[in-house]
Formats: sequence, C-alpha cells, structure tokens
Amino acid sequence: MVNETKKVMMEVKNINLRFGGVIAIKGVSFDIQEGEIRAIIGPNGAGKSSMLNVINGFYHPQEGEIWFNGEKRPSMEPYEVAKTGIARTFQNIALFKGMTTIENVMTGRQLQMNKNFFWQMLRYGPAIEEEVKHRKRCEEIIDFLEINNIRKTPVGSLPYGLQKRVELARALAMEPELLLLDEPMAGMNVEEKQDMSRFIVDVNEEFGTTIALIEHDMGVVMDLADRVVVLNYGELLADGTPKQIQADQAVIDAYLGVPH
Amino acid sequence: MDFLTGIFVTPFAEMIDMPDLFFQALWDGFVSGTLYGLIALGFVLIFKASGVFNFAQPILVVLAALALISFYKMGIPAWISVICVLIMFYGLAWLIERLILRKLVNTDGNILFMSTVALSFIIIGAAQWIFGGRPSSMIHKELGFPTGSLEWPMFGGGVYFELLDISAAVVAVLLIIALGLFFSRTKIGRGLRAVADDPQAALSVGISLNQIWVIVWFVAGVVALVTGIFWGARSDVSFALQIIGFKALPVLIIGGFTSVPGAIVGGLMIGLGEKIFEIYWGPLLGSGVEGWFAYFIALGFLLFKPQGLFGDKIIERV
Amino acid sequence: MYFRETGQFKSKYKEELAAFPIFEDKIGIAIAAIIAFILIPIFGLPGLSYEFTLSAVMIPVVIFTITTLGLNILLGFAGQISLGTAAFMGVGAYSCYKIMTIFPDLNALICVVLSGVVTAFVGTIFGLPSLRIKGFYLMVATLAAQFFLEWAFIRIPWLYNYNISGAIEVPYKEMFGIVLTGAKSEPLTRYFICLVFLVVLTWLASNVIRGRIGRSWMMIRDMDIAAELIGVRPLTAKLSAFAFSSFYIGISGALMVFFWLGAAEVESFDINHSFTYLFMVIIGGLGSITGSYFGAILVWVIPVILKEYGKSVFGIDAFIMENFTTILLGVVMLTILIVEPHGLARIWQIAKQKLRLWPFPY
Repeated sequence: MVNETKKVMMEVKNINLRFGGVIAIKGVSFDIQEGEIRAIIGPNGAGKSSMLNVINGFYHPQEGEIWFNGEKRPSMEPYEVAKTGIARTFQNIALFKGMTTIENVMTGRQLQMNKNFFWQMLRYGPAIEEEVKHRKRCEEIIDFLEINNIRKTPVGSLPYGLQKRVELARALAMEPELLLLDEPMAGMNVEEKQDMSRFIVDVNEEFGTTIALIEHDMGVVMDLADRVVVLNYGELLADGTPKQIQADQAVIDAYLGVPH
Repeated sequence: MDFLTGIFVTPFAEMIDMPDLFFQALWDGFVSGTLYGLIALGFVLIFKASGVFNFAQPILVVLAALALISFYKMGIPAWISVICVLIMFYGLAWLIERLILRKLVNTDGNILFMSTVALSFIIIGAAQWIFGGRPSSMIHKELGFPTGSLEWPMFGGGVYFELLDISAAVVAVLLIIALGLFFSRTKIGRGLRAVADDPQAALSVGISLNQIWVIVWFVAGVVALVTGIFWGARSDVSFALQIIGFKALPVLIIGGFTSVPGAIVGGLMIGLGEKIFEIYWGPLLGSGVEGWFAYFIALGFLLFKPQGLFGDKIIERV
Repeated sequence: MYFRETGQFKSKYKEELAAFPIFEDKIGIAIAAIIAFILIPIFGLPGLSYEFTLSAVMIPVVIFTITTLGLNILLGFAGQISLGTAAFMGVGAYSCYKIMTIFPDLNALICVVLSGVVTAFVGTIFGLPSLRIKGFYLMVATLAAQFFLEWAFIRIPWLYNYNISGAIEVPYKEMFGIVLTGAKSEPLTRYFICLVFLVVLTWLASNVIRGRIGRSWMMIRDMDIAAELIGVRPLTAKLSAFAFSSFYIGISGALMVFFWLGAAEVESFDINHSFTYLFMVIIGGLGSITGSYFGAILVWVIPVILKEYGKSVFGIDAFIMENFTTILLGVVMLTILIVEPHGLARIWQIAKQKLRLWPFPY
C-alpha cells in the first residue's frame, strides 16, 4: 500500500561504508516512503545487511547522510535509533535465549516503561500498573501473530520458524514507525513463508507500519513489495517497482537470471 | 607541588644520578619478566589448545615445586626427582582429561574456566594435606644450578647478577624457543593449533582431541615445574607462590591470550615496569605497589586495546 | 524459572506477575520461614550446641546469602563477571566503621544501609570498565579492583582510624535498649537482625528482577546487541547492575563485621573469599534467587558442620578437615558444572516435578 502523497519517511544519501580496505557500501542513495513495503535485494555480500546496520546505528558510514522524517539524523548509537521509532529483526535470530516468548516480547516494551527505581523496588502502584498495561499489549501482539500456545516456552527450545515469529512480535512490541526485517523468511518452508507473508502484510495494513525488508525469495518480493532496491557489490543497481526490476537487464544479468 | 615533582622529576633524576641502581633495577625486572612470561606461557598453551583459561596453572607451579622437594627428601637423586615429577604431571594430565575435560567438551568457555577454578581448589586442598602448609626450600643447588653472584662494576658503582637469575633467564629462553619450535614444526604442534582454532573441525580431520589435551596439560605441567624451580629458588616454596601466578593475568592481557611471543613481551613489560615503578615511585605512594601496578597497566590495555599487543582481534558480527 | 504448574490458572495479569504465583511455592516459603524464624531460634540444630548453631552456622549463612544474592544479581542476571566480591564486602565493612565513628549517635541499622550506599558508589566506579570489555577481560578488571582494594585497606590508615593493629573493632551499639553490636550483644539479637535484612533485601531484589530494570539486565546478559536495538542503554543497564549488586554486597560486608565477627582483618576480604562467593552463586544456580539461598547454604553450612562433627565426634585434626572440605568444595563444584551447570536451583525444580508425579515418570 503506497501512500498516495508519497511522503518520504527515510532517505539515505550517498552512503559510503568501508571496513579497513573492504568497501561494503559505495555511494548508495534511496528512500523509503511512509506506509510502503520496501524490499532490498541482491546477491550475497551485496551490502544489504550492512545497509540495515547503518540505518540502525551499528555501523557509522564514512560518508553520507541519513534523513528521517524530514530531518537530517546525526550519528547515533543503536539505542538512540530505537528511540526514534525504528525496530529490527535479524537474519540469525537475536532473541534472548534465557527468556520465554512472553518475556521476550515484553522486552520490546522497554522504552515505553519508565517508572523509576524506587517504584521498581517496591513493585507497587505505578510500577505494577505499568507492567500490567504493557503485559496486556504484548498479549495482544502474541494473539495477532498466533503464538499463544508457546507463550511460556523458553525460546531456545522453539523451532526456527517460530523463533522468527517471536522476534517479529518483539519488534512489533516496540510500536515502531519503521520496521526493518532482515531475511524474515530465511530457512522457512512454504507454509511458514505464507504465514509470515500474511503477517507482514497485516502489520503494514493494520498498523500502518512502514517496512523495509531484505529477502532472497523473489516470489515473496514480487507479492509483498511496493518498491524494490537492488544492491550489487555495495552499489545501487536498480530502484523501482517489482515489475520494473524484473525487467531491468542489469538486474537480470547480475542476480535474477532468465526464467526457465 | 612536592607531589608533582615526586612524580615527574625526582624519579628520572634518580635514574640518571645512580645509573648502576637503575641498571640493577632493569636486570631484576628483566629476570622477573622472563619468569612471568614463563607462567603466562603455561596459560597460553592451554588456551591455545583448548580454549580454556586454566585457572589452576598457578597452583600447578606450587604443586610442582612441592612435589620435587618431597621426592628429593625421600632420597631420590635430584634430577631423577625431576623425572618423577614429570611422570606425576603426565598422570595428572591424563586424569584431568579423562575425568573433567571429556565431560565438558562442548560447553561454554565460562563453565570450563570455572571448572579449572574448582580444580585448583581440589589441588590446593590435596597439596596442603599431603605436603603440609609450611614453606620449604627449593633444591636448585642439588640440581646443579650455580648460586652466588657476579658483580660487574659499572657507572661508578656496581651491578649484581645472581647466577641463579642468569640460569633462570637462560632456561626460560631455551624453553620458549623449544616450545615455539614445537608448535610450528611438529605434527603434534600443528594438531594443537588446529584444535585451538576449531575443535570440531580438528575432530573431523582425525585429530584426537583427547590426546592433544593430555599433551597440552602435560606441557603446561613442564612449564609449571620450570617456573616452580626458579621462583621457588628466589623465595621459599609456599602457597603464597600462587600470587605470582595471578600476575600472569595482566601479562596475558598485554600480550594477548593466544600469543606465545605476546606472553614473553608482556612478561618483560610487567616485570620491568613493576620493578622500576616500585623503586622510583614506590616511596611516594607507599610500598607494595608492585601488588597492583600490573593490574592497572592491564586495565589500561583492556580499555583501549583489549586483544593485547599480539592477540587475535575480537570481532563481533551482527 | 521455567517451571509452571499445570492446573493453576490466573485470571488477572496482576496475579500472574506476583512473586510466587504457584501455590506449592507459597507453602515452601512458609515452611522455610517457620524454620528460620521460630524453630531454629528455639531448638537450634541437632547435634550442635546452641551457641555454635547461631554464631557459626546461622548468622554467617544468612549474611552470605545476602552476598550471594548481590553477586547473583550481577553475574546471574546481568551477566557481568566479578571477582572482587570479597573486596567490596570490605568496602561495606570499612565504610560502616567510618560512618559509625564519625556519627556515633546514628542508629546501627542505618549505618549498615548507608555503608551499602557507599559500596554502591564504589561498585559503580569499578564497574565502568564493563562498558568497554566483557567476559574474561572484565574478570581481570575486577581482579584489579580486588587487589587494589586489598592494598588500600592496609595502606590507607584513615580507614581503620589509625589503629596500630590495622584491624577494626566493633563499637557498642544499641537500639530500644537491646544491645545490637559489640561484645555484649546476644547472638540471637544479631541473628534476627541479619534475618530481617535478608528477607527485606530478598523481597526488593525479587521485585526489581521482575520489572523493567531486571529485564534490561537480562537482556544485556543474553545478547547485548539485541538489547541495544530495543533501546536499552548499555551504560545505564550495566552500571545499575553494579550499583544494585554492590549495595547488597556492601551491606553483607558490614553485617559480617559488625553483627558476626565483631572485628575485621584484611584477610577476611581476600581473593579466596571472592572465589568462595562465586562458587556459592554457581552451585546454587545463576539467575535464580532461590538458587542463591541453596548455594550459600551448601557452600557454608556443610563444611562448617562437617568440620565440627569431624572434630567433636571423630576427633580428626582441624587442619585435615579444612583441607578435606576444600577438596570437597572443588569436587562438588566440578560435579555441578558437569552434571547440571544451572546449579541446585534447577536440580530442585526437576526434583519437585518428579516428586509430584512419583511413582510415574511422566
């Protein structure tokens, strides 16, 4: 669902990222519009995850600017980026293995909770009310993603596909404006992919969350994405709607290949 | 004002004024340094081969020294006693591998570390029980190491070189060279490095983990014995010798946990630094600063260069 | 931790968030409370003199449980390894001494709490390296703290009021006419005071752990990168863990000197003690409050009782018993690490589950 007024939420301009002698990202610029689902694709090593890391504040590009909601963003640490309303999931799951599903999702509410130390010690009044309020919200998210039956299971013992869903739940608990998904379908079978796709679309349509996702499965990308960015060897190869990308010769040569 | 002069001016003035004292300090520091390096080496070996930080290494030094003295006191000739101790260490290495390491193969590094702490408790308890708690003297003379000292006149005064220290330094250097060659040239040495890098991969190419570990712990025991002989010769053998083992920690921080040359360089830096600091800045701060100087240097490294001078860089991938 | 009783449902979130939502746990706590508050003060322990029971077993184990709680908060819940526990107990003890001598009219209990606050400050400062380093490296930094503080306790005479012996002695303190500290105080009084401290501190810890702050610690422990992404500022989380944990450890140090030993020497705060506390946490179970209790009890009580029985019943030399218990401790530690790294707490959970179903395996 593309915003008719095409308001830009995030824009990266001329990002250059180097690690020692290795150039990870070279002069990449693109934007993400409010309310859209933006896919980032490209062969392995193209710099897709690095790009997300830059947006997250993990990597600091040597050159380039990041604009968020119309303002130029200064160099930020990841926790500061989280405060601006950007959430993320990881390719290799970054759940808190020592906690259950519900506890993991509750961690996503961390920023929204702020009753001070004193009340925390007593766990009375404001502190407990806050806990209950946020617990309710987390349960709603768990309902939404249909993972109620594993609420109390330690996440370490869950199968891969469910872990990914829990991670999504946790990201949603942050109530982000922009959600970054790093290969959310990786390692899933067809049914799991269908479920996940459905959830992603639901999140986008019901909550209005803008989504940027890295994905290798072209079928998924064609179905879900409003617009696509193609990276190759750290450079921008193409930028447009899925149809345009599919027809782009350079993209076909570098990544897609010809259907047979 | 006096305090500032005391820090920035007086010590250097003293160094230049009495160069023979300075040189003495340098030599003493150098000797400590080689011995620290030697203990650190014991840690590095085990860390390189099994990824375990062997907390029991310092107590192995004490155990080696006490066992050697006991064998000798039982009437066994000095160098045969050395061989007895080596046999004992081989047995110990085998036991440790069998009873402990085998059971903890795939566990977290922290658990392995804690198991070496537990092991050190067991060894301390047993050693104290068997050998008693009183200090004893090392049998370095009986082993043939020369005692007495050389005086070398220089800079208007004189510098004393304990013959024992010279022997210690020589043996340490020889041992380090031997170990270095062992690691890089022999088949077992290569196996050791493979295991250190990736135990699973090493297993899959047919390297016997168990055998490697036994060898590694045995070599650590050898290093402990050499350390025990020379440290024990300088000050009596007692359980206080452990503290010296803890000094190896800053050495490892500076040199890197996985580097043999790093252990040496780190050892020298700590040995020299400590000595110089104690003699020239010690009076200002109160004696005993040697006790924590090393740790503060290590702290500095930890904050700015945690992998040490030669260690593997720690990279975290997201 | 993960143990959930089937058949017990809560209809309100608030009830689920309570400290002991499971009925059986409530009974267990009640029994323990009766034993600690009533049975032992009246009857002591079997086979041991009353005096010995209180002074050599109960008071120290209560104090060390506080220590273990503190260390468990730092290591088990926040994942920051510290080998300086004993030194921080020293900080608590010495600061309590200074506070008592500078403000002689101040209530003894308040002095203890204040010394906990001082230790919290000191702990926060020594916790600063955790912002840049972790794991082994942090361990070395805390070892530096341990050795440095040991040196400071001797080298800064102001700490022990320039006393020639270098040791501190506990002054006479009373409250409501009951003697609290010093040679005239009754072991029973001191026991109850320590016990009350323990109960209150346990309650506070349990609250904080289950709330936002405790969660931030566990996030940092499990995956600090993910924690940052969620918005947790590592600085706040880590330092708050050091501060809160040091508060507990400082109080335990003050209690140890003023309500148990009656005097202090630097040896009470040395590296071997730091390791003993570490053993308590690990054997008991990292990240578990009940585990802290188990660990402290096992590591302290068993050796003490063994030594006493060994001496009075079998006539074995104290030196041998001492070494024997050291070896035993090492063996128990190793066994726990090999068999159940999550410690006694986990073993207890599993046992409870099996007991309920006995004689059926499932």
